[in-house]
Amino acid sequence: MTAPPGFIRKYIFSLDHKVIGVQYFFLALAAALIGMLMSLLIRLRLAWPQKRWPWLELIFPQGFRDGLMQPEFYLAMVTMHGTLMIFMVLTVAPQSAFGNYFLPIQLGTREMAFPVINLSSFWMTFLSLGVLIAALFVEGGAPIGGWTFYPPLSAVPSAGPGQGPGADLWLVSIGIFCFASFLGSINMIVTTLRRRTKGMSLLRMPLTCWGWFTTAMIALLSFPILFAAALMLLADRHLGTSFFNPGGLSFSGRPIAGDGGSPLLWQHLFWFFGHPEVYLAILPGMGVVSHILANFARKPVFGYRAMVLAMLAIGVFGFLIWGHHMFISGMNPRIAIAFSMLTLVIGVPSAIKTFNWLGTLWGASLHLTTPMLFAIGFISLFISGGLTGLVLGQTALDMVFHDTYFVTGHFHLIMGVAAVFGIFAATYYWFPKMFARMMNEQLGKLHFWLTFIGVYTIFVPFHVLGIAGHPRRYADTLKYEYLRSLDSLHVLITIAAFVTVAAQLIFLINFFRSLFADQRAADNPWDGTTLEWFTATPPVRDNFSGKMPVVYREPYEYSVPGAARDFLMQTEP
Amino acid sequence: MRPADFANRHNPPATILNPMSRLLAIAIWLIAIATIVLMAWFRRLPEAISEHSGRIDHQFKITMAVIGVGFFVAQVALGYIVWRYRAREVESARYSRGDLRVELALMMVTAIIFIILAITGQRVWAQLNLNQSPPNAVQIEVTAQQFAWTFRYPGTDGKFGRTDPRLYNDADNSIGARPGPLGIEPSDPAGKDDLVTGSLVLPVDRPIDLTLRAKDVTHDFFVPALRLKHDAVPGMKIHVHFKALKEGRYEIACAELCGQLHHQMRAMLEVKSQIDYDKWLNEQIGKVNNRR
Repeated sequence: MTAPPGFIRKYIFSLDHKVIGVQYFFLALAAALIGMLMSLLIRLRLAWPQKRWPWLELIFPQGFRDGLMQPEFYLAMVTMHGTLMIFMVLTVAPQSAFGNYFLPIQLGTREMAFPVINLSSFWMTFLSLGVLIAALFVEGGAPIGGWTFYPPLSAVPSAGPGQGPGADLWLVSIGIFCFASFLGSINMIVTTLRRRTKGMSLLRMPLTCWGWFTTAMIALLSFPILFAAALMLLADRHLGTSFFNPGGLSFSGRPIAGDGGSPLLWQHLFWFFGHPEVYLAILPGMGVVSHILANFARKPVFGYRAMVLAMLAIGVFGFLIWGHHMFISGMNPRIAIAFSMLTLVIGVPSAIKTFNWLGTLWGASLHLTTPMLFAIGFISLFISGGLTGLVLGQTALDMVFHDTYFVTGHFHLIMGVAAVFGIFAATYYWFPKMFARMMNEQLGKLHFWLTFIGVYTIFVPFHVLGIAGHPRRYADTLKYEYLRSLDSLHVLITIAAFVTVAAQLIFLINFFRSLFADQRAADNPWDGTTLEWFTATPPVRDNFSGKMPVVYREPYEYSVPGAARDFLMQTEP
Repeated sequence: MRPADFANRHNPPATILNPMSRLLAIAIWLIAIATIVLMAWFRRLPEAISEHSGRIDHQFKITMAVIGVGFFVAQVALGYIVWRYRAREVESARYSRGDLRVELALMMVTAIIFIILAITGQRVWAQLNLNQSPPNAVQIEVTAQQFAWTFRYPGTDGKFGRTDPRLYNDADNSIGARPGPLGIEPSDPAGKDDLVTGSLVLPVDRPIDLTLRAKDVTHDFFVPALRLKHDAVPGMKIHVHFKALKEGRYEIACAELCGQLHHQMRAMLEVKSQIDYDKWLNEQIGKVNNRR
């Protein structure tokens, strides 16, 4: 018998996948709060570009002059907001947080395949976040090239404010993050393929597991490309290479050495990672939504196999369409046609999933708890954001809308909202199992309503801006007459953004208060069928107290005719 | 709050969860209607003045009609389902694993619609990008830099002089300056009558061929009224061609993040009648030659 672990081994450097999952969750939460505050700063400047903010200058003396927000500060916020949200929130929370916590449990096993690698991955991600935040505080501040970081702007340290040490720290942070994610993905893949309990065939896995598995495959194949690209960019910046430098560059009359490279090479490498990355951000949420819908519809998922195939198809096709970010980059226009056709094809599996969610709800007995509200909200938002992809995927139309707010509206609806709704749904659903308390339903519903209305109010107008020709990443539009009539829309969006961000306080209050509530949650408060509801609450160290479950059933046997209750757990013979 | 006694909720009293169903259904319907109304009323595309803009706007309208219908039908269906299938005492859920025929039918319909959109979308693109501009097109070079646009006309000899990045001189952009901001080699005779301007002046109803270049980082030449946008990439000379059909003044913007003043890289496009254009061009080239 070994002595019980001390505080550090139990909560800080733990090998327990559940502790690691919770650590990732709080990392993502912290990053989300910082990212949200940055988005408010962005919106402040867009609504009132000439307003002075003396109290903000006290906090950010470099970013403001006489109270006016400087354009480089604005662009640094744009860059860091995107980076934090995409990497530290959307790649971490759905996959690393909930995946680490629940994959082994839902598969009926006691631990991930490689617990030490798991621990290392988390702390590497933590380090990566620290390095990223440090970029805000170095000389020149955070980089201003957007999360897409295109060279030559990012390859030449003197090309702009923030492109010096701040850009180096960004690249180092991303490099560490890539490595950590890559290791994490190996863990998930091996665990899924090799550690399922008796009776848990692949086609009996909950769709959450399929979501995490597909996402892990995507991460495995895409993160190494970004890692390589980041190394190449660091080399261009400091080792005199010219991967991305075509030669003949001159900044304000100062020539820059280099020759033979191509700025397009970065775009190919970055988007070869970057497009699969966005599917990485949404697939776990799709799995969670299917899972939650079945639970609160008291019905099996409509077309389970089609859902699995659709996820795999999205994963595969996601690697074939990166060029749709580059239609007008200077790339061969014939290749653009190929990428465009493939891009519209990937809409088909996404549409299938949407039909099947509606099919799951059809004929159901719907219980609209807070997790269910967020899951249904996800569907509505995914429909909205996904459909605008059909505009952007067409080459000629993309020529009009590329780099306008139409694009920003599209990806915010899908990532900035639908994927986040997936995270909220998962949080409200699994909170009872993770923390042995129920979250407050009334506060949860209020949070849902304010957020659901709020995000539509913010992001539908983005499409109006884009159609009017409003470019993205503009610190203001004061120089352009054709954009003057849109000023009031910017104010509306900003007000809606402040209200929606404020509404997230309700979630935070609910979350932290519920952690310390008196009343403990039951083991299976939602009458779910899958293995996580079979464990103690919270689960013990090896998840099943030594008695590994045996699986006899598919994952979503709700309302089976002739059964005694309206659900049959996977462990019931 | 008591721990969830979910078992009792399977046959819930009508008052507990049903209002949320109706509320959510109504909210989804209202959002769908509000979105359609907002997009229909306010989706003002900028004025369109180029030959191809009609085809692009047409393709856009068709696409928006298709996705508008899809959006409306899907959101209304979602709202209806949420309303109709709220948990009630009398009815339990229907145990169904799916229906392959429905799946396949929906998949085929979706695939056909998407593929048709994809194919029709390529035609305008192919017309614009896979053809050379006509041989009599007016040739103008567009150079982007942090944070300005410079335009170069080849002059009476119809040839652009060679440029050398080592000769860039932003300090002198007076008319006829050599080497000037574009680094035109003073020794090259072809460059002697090149006209360098800060505005893009074009004749109406003539094919135009622009060569996009960049001196420092990637920029993007965006003229909303022409429905024209393309990156200007250092190390590349990229051709775009179009025909402007209406005289007037239109704004040019940069559409690729290029640094801290990316939002101030504005230039003007002036489309003049052929007569006014010829007059302007001769005047300007005269000034260039006088400077020699």
